Amino acid sequence: MASSSSYNSPCAACKFLRRKCMPGCIFAPYFPPEEPQKFANVHKIFGASNVTKLLNDIMPHQREDAVNSLAYEAEARVRDPVYGCVGAISFLQRQVDRLQKELDATNADLIRYACNEVPSGLPHLSSIQPITPPQNPTRRFGDIDGGGGGFYQSPPSFPYPYANYQWNPSNSGGNFGGGGGGGGGQGNI
Amino acid sequence: MHRFHKLDKMTSTRCAVCKYFRRRCPPDCIFAPYFPNDNPQRFTCVHRFYGASNIGKMLEEMPVQLRADAVESLYYEAKCRIQDPVYGCVGIITSLHRQIQIAQSQLAKAQAEISFLDANFVGVEPTSSLSESLVQQNGVEHDLDDPFSTWFY
Repeated sequence: MASSSSYNSPCAACKFLRRKCMPGCIFAPYFPPEEPQKFANVHKIFGASNVTKLLNDIMPHQREDAVNSLAYEAEARVRDPVYGCVGAISFLQRQVDRLQKELDATNADLIRYACNEVPSGLPHLSSIQPITPPQNPTRRFGDIDGGGGGFYQSPPSFPYPYANYQWNPSNSGGNFGGGGGGGGGQGNI
Repeated sequence: MHRFHKLDKMTSTRCAVCKYFRRRCPPDCIFAPYFPNDNPQRFTCVHRFYGASNIGKMLEEMPVQLRADAVESLYYEAKCRIQDPVYGCVGIITSLHRQIQIAQSQLAKAQAEISFLDANFVGVEPTSSLSESLVQQNGVEHDLDDPFSTWFY
């Protein structure tokens, strides 16, 4: 966690806003001066005052994660002003669906092997495991409309803007999984 | 009378945004098609994180035919952020990546088993040697790889 509210180096937010970076600046721990684009994106999409309100509503130990997720969303929105992160969610959900179908078909083949070609005395093939999403009550994003059950539901049916989208979460600040990315709306983020 | 009639007309046709800001809703209001006055919660949700000014700028910068989708996606992200103030919809992306990793791992294992069965079933009599092979294979713990230790670090 970088702290930039020193006398000589204002944080990226105060630099952007052209104001003095005071000790205790709420942005300073999360927007180091070496990453000006991070705050620029967040400011463009959310605005400094909205980010301040959000951070004030969050426990201090969670603020860094919150800022990083906001920066991630802001970058996604800058690259794709229409769909932002939701485009990636749609793409990834399609991948999950495709893989699940492939896994179902492969498991069906295995069952056929077990029933038709393997003598009855053989042990049950224990490797057949359907995908069971982890039950995390804090992540019931599928219920954001208050309906349905289960861990996750498909996001709203947006048109899929990416034919061959290579999803790669940006590694901005080294805080995100996956490698870095570049490009415009149809490319890596 | 005419003044009250005009006021009623203005009030009843204001979009949710102009109603929120208690201002006149012009005929070419950029928000009106996407924030009808019968759904004020939609705007308050989006306004909470993005602000009306930023939303207006975003809409102005994109073609008209894409604005409806843009507002829907902003609304979706805002709802995710309300539900999870720390991670928002980025948490969903993390979960999906995890699901994909798990599915790929399971698929690879299942395909490996099929390849093994293919190789062993061709011209092989159903003898105890085959059952021993399968017992050996299935006696191994099929632990899934740990998809993520920590997302951010």
